[in-house]
Amino acid sequence: MAELVLKNVEKAYGEVKVLKDINLEIQTGELIVFVGPSGCGKSTLLRMIAGLERITGGDFSIDGVRMNDVPPAQRGIAMVFQSYALYPHMTVRDNMSFALKIAKKSPAEISAAVDKAARILQLTPYLDRLPKALSGGQRQRVAIGRSIVRDPKVYLFDEPLSNLDAALRVATRIEIAQLKEAMPNSTMVYVTHDQVEAMTLASRIVVLAGGGISQVGTPLELYERPENEFVAQFIGSPSMNLLPGEVIETGETTVVRLENGGLARTHVPTQSADKGLKVKIGVRPEDFTETDGDAIHAGTVEITEALGEVTLLYFQKTADGAQIVAKLPGIRPELRRTEVKLTADSNKVHLFANGRSLLYR
Amino acid sequence: MHPALQGLITIVVGVGGCIAYYYFSNLFLDKVLFPAKGAMAGRNINRANMVRPWLFLMPALVALGLYLAYPVFATIHLSLTQRVAGGGFEFVGFENYVKMSGEPKFWEALTNNLFWLIVVPAASTAFGLLAAQLSDRIKWGNVAKSLIFMPMAISFVGAAVIWKLVYDTRPAGQEQIGVMNAVWLSFDEGSIWSFLFLKLVPILLVAGFAVAIALMTWALAKPVVQRNGPVSGWRTAAAVLVGAGAVWLIYKSIFGILGIATASLPYGEPQTWLTMPFWNNFFLMAVLVWIQTGFAMVILSAALRGVPEDTIEAAIVDGANPFQIFFQIKVPQIMGTIVVVWTTITIVVLKVFDIVYAMTNGQWETQVLANYMYDKLFRANDWGVGSAAAMVIMLLVTPILVWNVYNARKEMR
Ligand SMILES: Nc1ncnc2c1ncn2[C@@H]1O[C@H](COP(=O)(O)OP(=O)(O)O)[C@@H](O)[C@H]1O
Ligand SMILES: [Mg+2]
Repeated sequence: MAELVLKNVEKAYGEVKVLKDINLEIQTGELIVFVGPSGCGKSTLLRMIAGLERITGGDFSIDGVRMNDVPPAQRGIAMVFQSYALYPHMTVRDNMSFALKIAKKSPAEISAAVDKAARILQLTPYLDRLPKALSGGQRQRVAIGRSIVRDPKVYLFDEPLSNLDAALRVATRIEIAQLKEAMPNSTMVYVTHDQVEAMTLASRIVVLAGGGISQVGTPLELYERPENEFVAQFIGSPSMNLLPGEVIETGETTVVRLENGGLARTHVPTQSADKGLKVKIGVRPEDFTETDGDAIHAGTVEITEALGEVTLLYFQKTADGAQIVAKLPGIRPELRRTEVKLTADSNKVHLFANGRSLLYR
Repeated sequence: MHPALQGLITIVVGVGGCIAYYYFSNLFLDKVLFPAKGAMAGRNINRANMVRPWLFLMPALVALGLYLAYPVFATIHLSLTQRVAGGGFEFVGFENYVKMSGEPKFWEALTNNLFWLIVVPAASTAFGLLAAQLSDRIKWGNVAKSLIFMPMAISFVGAAVIWKLVYDTRPAGQEQIGVMNAVWLSFDEGSIWSFLFLKLVPILLVAGFAVAIALMTWALAKPVVQRNGPVSGWRTAAAVLVGAGAVWLIYKSIFGILGIATASLPYGEPQTWLTMPFWNNFFLMAVLVWIQTGFAMVILSAALRGVPEDTIEAAIVDGANPFQIFFQIKVPQIMGTIVVVWTTITIVVLKVFDIVYAMTNGQWETQVLANYMYDKLFRANDWGVGSAAAMVIMLLVTPILVWNVYNARKEMR
């Protein structure tokens, strides 16, 4: 049971501020995912919550208690590290019991907790092995088991799947989702650079970029209503196409004349003062459809990638060097080297000015 | 000729000779013996590559054989023979060993060596580990490390001379130049400081030693005693042996504590430290500990840095305090290195000679095996018994050396 509140939190290493103005409220029972490109400070923020990194500005509290200066062990948190951080000289059982032994729990209590966690994570046959005799996935489960036995208020995960191979990553991701399901009252904070993990696991996603929070929202909010170009391009794969243009008609429906000569309609409303505004429209590859009429983009397909259920079309680079990508249903390799005209439903066309979405103003 | 010039010429000739050997022998192999041309080119290249390692190893093999392997066998031979009057040797079987075991000085040397064997590696490793851990996170840690490491650069004889001054004695009333006596004379009978430093602290130290021995033995013996899991006869035998040694040490410690508690100390009189039987052994050991701590510290410091940071952070999150992190997370992870350091120092200790030779020459019950051997071999001119003593040292060193090499290789993997 925990509510985490970060207020104006910042982190500076000497002169360099790697994080600033972090304001975030995490409710009990949420699974929050921090996502962002490598080096944007996700781990740093998580480690500040864990207490492994000093908070250099602002306040952080759990359940209303200020935690800035509380040592990690007394914050009621447990952490799963990217490299698992298992104690190499201890058996699986000892790894999982360590925290409880330190807390001077009785042997009966410890072995009950460990056996229960081992059962949940299917680790029972491995309890007497050393970590080096386990596979990557098993090590990961031991690391999770080490957190579970402590029954913490908050679970912290730092890229727990990034050292696993692709198949195992999906399997473990599902296990984590099931684990969360089984513990509806525990709060989890999960760091990843992989937006698929973020989309599938999160109850809410926090997108970090440039030392601050770019947007907070549910996965579908971020997908359907990105607040800025960064989030728009970060969420979704392949990323959203951005095409520059100028507003020529305002109102409920906005019409944009694109620099490539195309014409786009969007249901993002604009005011009459916006006429002539330099904007960028955003269209996700999967939202493009073929057309004979007004096109948002028309060009020669350079490469096709047929994936079975969809085909990716990579167009010749536009004059400003942008690579337009479209995702059409079905198997369409014959489109290679042909001229294709694309448009999109006006509900699916995003509109950005100065990098920010015109939906939010 | 000027000695410096002589030295220079030696260096040039020595190094030049080495380079010339490798260059010309290699050339000879490739151009004359197995030339890489003609009908047999392929076969010749293969053969040359097979011969080459031996060619390059030759100087080392010859030197080791001549100066290491041959002397071992010669010593074995010598230890089984006796000189006859008028020149020549005769074979006498194990008579030299029998004669040696009848000499109290030999048993004194063996007992002292065992004491050295226990105290010096344990103290050096413990101090080294402590220094490595404490100097790790502080700004002037590297300065501290350099200072602690410096004695490594001093020869054993040089160190012995320095410490002889530390233990120096002047008649009462004169200025004491030895630090030990200067400190000693500052204690007064009945003062609180005297009680603290000369009774309480030593008693606690000895008691701590006894407890540590008891704990370590218990940890070793536990699997054997509790009989969970398969226990081999070997382990049982080892446990019994270690247990017996531990009981003896603890027995000695209890008597030591009683002795310290009841002893009436000669306050105000300068002491000749190196002539106090039993204790003078420890004053000599201090010299070697002083030297070896630096070695232990450097190796263990590197090992400590190799402990993954995230296992330490995981322990912090798990609620461990700094002591628990050190003893339960860091030390177990560098146990392999600790064993290597420990055994390396043990081998140095078994061979210890210079310190004893330079400070007491084995008088006042400080004899050790290496000095005993030297005494017999070069002073008494009794080659038979001297060689027998050398064999005893070798027998003691060999198993530790094998174990040391085994552990060092395991560490490197
Ligand atoms: N100890 C440190 N000193 C200085 N800069 C650091 C330190 N640790 C991390 N940083 C910087 O902080 C930024 C965020 O790092 P991190 O939180 O690890 O990123 P990621 O989002 O990939 O987990 C990086 O640019 C990194 O260079
Ligand atoms: Mg990271």
